[in-house]
Amino acid sequence: MAKRTLRTLIGATLLAAASLAQADEQKVVAITQIVEHPALDAVYQGVKDELAEEGFKEGDNLRIMHESAQGNSAIASQIARKFVGEGPDVIVAIATPSAQTMAAAARNIPVIFSAVTDPVGAKLVKSLDKPGANISGVTDMLPIERHMDLLERLVPDAKTIGTVYNPGEANAVALVELLEKSLEARGMSLAKAAATKTSEVLGAARSLVGKADAIYLTTDNTVVSAAEAVVSVGERAKIPVFAADTATVSRGAVAALGFDYYDHGRQTGSMVARVLNGADTADMAVESVDTLNLFVNPEAAERMGITLSADVLEDAQEIVKSDR
Amino acid sequence: MLSEIALYGAIETGLIYGLVAFGIYISFRVLDFPDLTVDGSFPLGAAVAAMLIVAGWNPWVATGAAVLAGMAAGAVTAILNVKLNILNLLASILTMIALYSVNLRIMGRPNVALLSEETVLTPWYDLGLAYHQVPVLLFVIVAVVSLILLWRFMKSETGLAMRATGANARMARAQGIATGGMIILGVALSNGLVGLAGALFAQSQGAADVTMGVGVIVIGLASLIGGEAVITPNTVIKALIACVVGAIIYRLAIAFALNADFLGLKSQDLNLITAVLVTLAIVLPGVRTKIITRFTRNKA
Repeated sequence: MAKRTLRTLIGATLLAAASLAQADEQKVVAITQIVEHPALDAVYQGVKDELAEEGFKEGDNLRIMHESAQGNSAIASQIARKFVGEGPDVIVAIATPSAQTMAAAARNIPVIFSAVTDPVGAKLVKSLDKPGANISGVTDMLPIERHMDLLERLVPDAKTIGTVYNPGEANAVALVELLEKSLEARGMSLAKAAATKTSEVLGAARSLVGKADAIYLTTDNTVVSAAEAVVSVGERAKIPVFAADTATVSRGAVAALGFDYYDHGRQTGSMVARVLNGADTADMAVESVDTLNLFVNPEAAERMGITLSADVLEDAQEIVKSDR
Repeated sequence: MLSEIALYGAIETGLIYGLVAFGIYISFRVLDFPDLTVDGSFPLGAAVAAMLIVAGWNPWVATGAAVLAGMAAGAVTAILNVKLNILNLLASILTMIALYSVNLRIMGRPNVALLSEETVLTPWYDLGLAYHQVPVLLFVIVAVVSLILLWRFMKSETGLAMRATGANARMARAQGIATGGMIILGVALSNGLVGLAGALFAQSQGAADVTMGVGVIVIGLASLIGGEAVITPNTVIKALIACVVGAIIYRLAIAFALNADFLGLKSQDLNLITAVLVTLAIVLPGVRTKIITRFTRNKA
């Protein structure tokens, strides 16, 4: 028995020594996300691809640890401790709850967050220009102003814009507040309908009929999951539906000036690469979405009672058809 | 394999969920009242504490307010059951879903950040301990104090009356115990402890979030059952110790699972691991009894 213990010990020591020797040349990036979700998974993929492109190849000179918290905050906390305990070169935290948990646990390890809508409100950074500590990242705050410009261009006589949102989603609530301000400044108003579950989205969308001249959907996870319900209401009541993400356009929305979460991940990956090359997060300004693409769906527009002018079609990066 | 920080992190989370297990012990074991309110009272405690801390209150006072809020939530569940005769499980589900809206109302938004705010942990960081040891120290104190208070309460006249209510309500009534009042008090106490856990968790996490309560009941039950498998709960003090031990074992198991890269386990397998652990915890005591009986038989 004692002999076996000794052998195991020696084996473990050798293994540890071997992994230490390897760690010398290998950079370690630990990535955590709050839950598995197509958009967040795309961010993860984008980070990995960008790192590979910038010369950090997984298994070669880079080791990637990846854990999802399954939407459970206690597990998120334990993942954070695990990462901090292993002392990686950079920690990537995807979505607000994961980023906050990492921020509470990581003292000296650089943290790059991604897919966080309001980093200042979430107390991750003191200001967007100068984070000032070990945390910076990329915010997925929507360019609401540019979205409203597009909406006004396509539906010039709209007075009231309707939106469906989940009051339980931090990102969605922040966006709706911004949307309200933007519309007020334009002399328009916002009609809100709340849906706390995907099954409530249809009813919420119906409640907008007769109030809204157009419907605009943010990147609310609950609502995007049930976007078809809003589209069906839009088609029946002839209210054009606009989306904030391009994927929803092929699901029947008229248009979106959006970004891809994969590109978002690429942008995050490039910040990670800079930190790996020695940059200090305290001086790295929080970045916002840089590439925006106009997606339009002429068929959906027709069903919702508007026509897309030739110049809009010309401006579009992509003209899509509904999947159905 | 398991780093020191991950180990302390597991113990820290385990101590907090030990408080949840105390609460579940009171409702499920003492009162025989299957109470799912905890999925709502955990984030309720977090929300109340977070809002008061952000408003500049003393963090301990804020935590105390969280306990009271949790107790109020528990009292609502019990009153729905005792006074309005709604089935206990259903009453607790009603309170739980109502609390989702209440929590959103309290916070005004789904997530309130506590990073950089003064929390109950802040003064302890000046003690010179390592950063990751501080919460463990404080939460050990909280858990031990709660345990002693609960133990003494369970031995008091009221506590005995509460235990009698859960064991045999008819007999208890015959002895002149107001069983309805005991149920209300017990469920309130149970959720007060859960509210305390929520408040402490939010402060060590850096944020209160409405989604924080998801699965608290499952984790709490798993901790309770796991603890009972290790420590036979034949006295109140042993049952209470089992709660904390079970919660820590559960968190350690998850920490090991997270670190078990060599087994090919990943965090997405955790739900399966939880199910296996709980099953083992339920089955193992039976196995142990069998082994013991076999040995005694051999001796005889």
